[in-house]
Amino acid sequence: MKFTKDWLSDHLNTKKSEQQIIEKLNGIGLEVENVEHAKSELSDFIVAKIVKANKHPNADRLKLCDVEIGAKETIKVVCGAPNAQEGLLTIYAPPGSIIPKNGMKLEVTKIRGETSYGMLCSEAELKLSKDSGGIISLSQKYTGSIGKPYFKSKNNNNVIELSITPNRPDCLGVRGIARDLYACGYGNLKEIKKVKFSKTSKHTLRVKIEKDKNQACSIFGSCLIKNVTNKESPRWLKDRILSLGLRPISAVVDVTNYVMFDLNRPLHAYDLDKIKNSITVRNSKRGEIIKALDNKTYTLKENMCVISDDMGPLGLGGIIGGVRSGTEMDTKNILIESAYFDPIITRKTSKELEINSDAKFRFERGIDPQSVKEGLEMAAKLIIKICGGETSNIDIQETKKFKNKIIKFNSKIVSKIIGIKINEKDVINILTKLGFEAKKKSKLIEIKIPTWRPDIFGEIDLVEEIIRILGFDNIKSIEPKKNRLKPTLNFYQKHFHLAQRSVASKGYYETITWSFSDEKINNKFKENLKTIKIINPISSELGVLRNSLYPNLIYYMEKNLNRGFSDQSLFEIGPVFTSKKPGDQITIVCGVKKRQHDEQDHLGEKKIDVFDIKRDLIQSLVELGVDRNEMLLKDISPSYYHPGISGSIFSKDKRSLLAHFGQLHPKIINETFGFEILLENLVNLKKKNKKIRNSLVLSDYQKSERDFAFLISKNMNAQSLVDAIKNTDESLIKKIKIFDVYEGENIPSDKKSIALKVTIQSDDKTLNDSDLINISDKIVKSVEQHTGAQLRS
Amino acid sequence: MSEFEKKVIEFKEKIKNSKNLFELNQISSEIFSKNGIINSEFKKLGSLSPDEKKNFAANINSSKKELSELFSKKSNEVLDKEIIDKVNKEKIDVTLPEKDFRIGKVHPVSQVIDEISCIFSEVGFSVEEGPDVENEYNNFTALNTPKNHPAKDMHDTFYLDEEMKTLLRTHTSPVQVRTMLKGKPPFKIIAPGRTYRSDSDQTHTPMFHQLEGLHIDKDINMGHLKGCLNYFIKEFFEIEKIKMRFRPSHFPFTEPSAEVDIGYRMENNKIIIGEGDKWLEILGCGMVHPNVLRNCKVDPNKFQGFAFGIGIDRLAMLKYGINDLRSFFECDYRWLNHYGFDPLDVPTNYRGLSR
Repeated sequence: MKFTKDWLSDHLNTKKSEQQIIEKLNGIGLEVENVEHAKSELSDFIVAKIVKANKHPNADRLKLCDVEIGAKETIKVVCGAPNAQEGLLTIYAPPGSIIPKNGMKLEVTKIRGETSYGMLCSEAELKLSKDSGGIISLSQKYTGSIGKPYFKSKNNNNVIELSITPNRPDCLGVRGIARDLYACGYGNLKEIKKVKFSKTSKHTLRVKIEKDKNQACSIFGSCLIKNVTNKESPRWLKDRILSLGLRPISAVVDVTNYVMFDLNRPLHAYDLDKIKNSITVRNSKRGEIIKALDNKTYTLKENMCVISDDMGPLGLGGIIGGVRSGTEMDTKNILIESAYFDPIITRKTSKELEINSDAKFRFERGIDPQSVKEGLEMAAKLIIKICGGETSNIDIQETKKFKNKIIKFNSKIVSKIIGIKINEKDVINILTKLGFEAKKKSKLIEIKIPTWRPDIFGEIDLVEEIIRILGFDNIKSIEPKKNRLKPTLNFYQKHFHLAQRSVASKGYYETITWSFSDEKINNKFKENLKTIKIINPISSELGVLRNSLYPNLIYYMEKNLNRGFSDQSLFEIGPVFTSKKPGDQITIVCGVKKRQHDEQDHLGEKKIDVFDIKRDLIQSLVELGVDRNEMLLKDISPSYYHPGISGSIFSKDKRSLLAHFGQLHPKIINETFGFEILLENLVNLKKKNKKIRNSLVLSDYQKSERDFAFLISKNMNAQSLVDAIKNTDESLIKKIKIFDVYEGENIPSDKKSIALKVTIQSDDKTLNDSDLINISDKIVKSVEQHTGAQLRS
Repeated sequence: MSEFEKKVIEFKEKIKNSKNLFELNQISSEIFSKNGIINSEFKKLGSLSPDEKKNFAANINSSKKELSELFSKKSNEVLDKEIIDKVNKEKIDVTLPEKDFRIGKVHPVSQVIDEISCIFSEVGFSVEEGPDVENEYNNFTALNTPKNHPAKDMHDTFYLDEEMKTLLRTHTSPVQVRTMLKGKPPFKIIAPGRTYRSDSDQTHTPMFHQLEGLHIDKDINMGHLKGCLNYFIKEFFEIEKIKMRFRPSHFPFTEPSAEVDIGYRMENNKIIIGEGDKWLEILGCGMVHPNVLRNCKVDPNKFQGFAFGIGIDRLAMLKYGINDLRSFFECDYRWLNHYGFDPLDVPTNYRGLSR
């Protein structure tokens, strides 16, 4: 919403400065978005000097002038006037300005191959005289004014632009803004003068509102103005229209726009002679067509509100008028419409047709239904004053009565909500100034809500009105109390933060990527999950909710590779979606690692392998509180991992899947390793385990180490060997360490040799030789039985 | 001079002249072993009278002590010399690079979430969460945002079904609804998380982060709201003086509603928070609307309180001078390295928020 202080003073007598008003508006919730100098029709035209007038290289009669316009550099303008010569002081019109003579908007153009930035003007072009013989020649006294507007503007106002929240349609008119300022004590609200017409004719056009289901229109007021001479608006009106950022069109149209911005009362003017027989406000039929004033043709669906005559739709109620009945400069007789359209239905129609207009913007927020007559009177008065003619009486068709809402208000609630004492007198005073009517009823106040405030429903809304006008500065700040109801983080959240920092501390950079991803990439990782499509994605590359963290991480890892980072560790901790049901998401900590060094460094470090990622993963799991001995490793994994170089980690009871790790499948990406921790599973597993630690048992008896080498089938894994040994006697076998794996010479081709060191120690005695032989034999037997492996002789 | 005494002198000389550990070991065995000179001399004791024995043994022991002292002195010397000789031969160019180490990084958004949690933890707030996928009711209806209301235009929503029943939450406010529905007042929570709006340009990303705050009790009024946010902003920016203003605004789920601006000035194209004559909007807040309380089964006649919503990414940008919102989600290795935080920098009350 835009206005000028000048316009504001039509409604408000105030001595406050513009700056004070701007600050106050911010303070009462009418946020000032922008303040800029008002554009008037002529303010674009500035004094300029021709510094150099060269011959146009491609045209004999044209000149290519260097023009000084008060900026750092001169600009090039092509000019055909014979008097365009060096040193001439004249008037310059920049691109974007509108030439009064023909209403043409200037653009940067090429004239015979040379670019011209604007135009030098003749008196005729500026409508100063009929002289079009050459460009204007100003006297030397203008030398000091180069760069300044030639026309001294009476309209020296700034345009103040407000960002009006959707609850305040009343402030989409200057009157509403004035009323709010008045309530703050910023001057006096002027009364709107009653309009009296000396003579009125009879309203002769039949108007009817059809009783359709979901009829948007419930009031349709109109008056006819006959024998008008439509013309350009006078300067004051044009300036106002320009200050709104709109283009003046004709007096009739400008007046309807003016009233809309002045009173927040949208109107529409029809050419009466183009209306066939009568007006019916009705719901549209499917397939009806209307060419609207935005020069687009719309095909209507069923039940959209149309204003129609006997031939068909003339306009879309509350949204936009039609071309067929639009007014033009030669229009003689007009009908002005002032109506009420339902906010929700109007919004629905405009959304379906994708039309935005000033009228729609207002109706969907709620227009004062009691302003129908006032708007018609004001428009008729102005049109008659500018264009002549004679108005008819006002006809108002009404299918619904709008009564003022009444709220029973306990003013004590004000102090309770805002925390400072405010007496009832001040409450009543503020509300009254805002246009509310207050009547004391025993302990309560009965408040009558003005119909221009559709946002007020209950007591709490009145509290807001009061503190808004009093100012938030008056609220006393209360120091926060330190009482606590619950621990800051719950068990899961603690683990989330720990996981984040644990993985980061292994050298990984944390990323945050979109929760959505490219369907094509996501498909490679979704396994059995269903694709969750976004109906209205921002782009097709972000079309589905991610079923894995890998798609985005890999995408960005490759981008970094292209930037030359061949050595990267990235991770993300965040949601993965398992269905579109709210809550069907799990938290994954996903790390990816890649190092593409071809040469070894001086320490012999080479490319990373699966044991690098496994170390990072297991160390993080241990840091998260999972005992290494509680982890069960299996060489199974989802299909996006290399089938031979990947695995999964389960809890010992096999019930909880804690993580996957391995090389990613080479058909997806080369030589990249990754892991995924299923955080909820891990936390739930820990929840089951007691927080109290097992008592510390330290054995003082001697420990013995025995080395074994087994020949085992190549397709058996080391874990099965370790498990078989451990199962022999868990109380005696304290530690098993694999120290060699060998395949090759001296060993059958389908076998491998695994060498382990087993630490044996009893908690209650020193083991003698026969004990040790005994346990060693058991180990060998158990291994043989469970894995088929043979002790290597 | 006895034979033994001669030998002792001879061995003393030998010890003195020995060059290495091998020679020394040789000598040691000749002196101290079973058949060494000492033991051989002791064997003679048997043939002596008790009187002679005493003297004789004393002599041997004194020689033994002399020899062993001399021996250990010498062997220490030799040992030291051998180490020194070895060390003098060893040389590694330690200016060669050390073994690889990596310092990982925590994303600025995660860091700022931890900072904020730390600040609110100090005054008794706990952290709540909610799902990213929400239903229409929790995201809009329960929050007093009616269907077909222009207020919804402020939220360009991603929908997951044609009926527009499930969506990606457009703000963290549905966590208010979930928290109140599953518990009983009082409530004192913050809820950080991902939020989504179908908006993408220079200053908007389709995903961003918000922090919701909610404090409901019997007598929580706007003074508490103001005090709480004053406290938060001062703590967060770690600045002594910071200008703040509360400006009335409109949100369907709070009434009265306000936006909070903080003062700033521009210096070399960077925003300097604190004082200055410009205002920057950083959060929205207000008293929870009675309709919202009612929708969440909380009696508005008994309980009242405030809620607020803060853009986390924006706070991170302001505090740490990051210019481009989009860069948060582009995972550029250089950016992560430059703006990320050391994982050891956990914001705490006692150590301070940031280094």
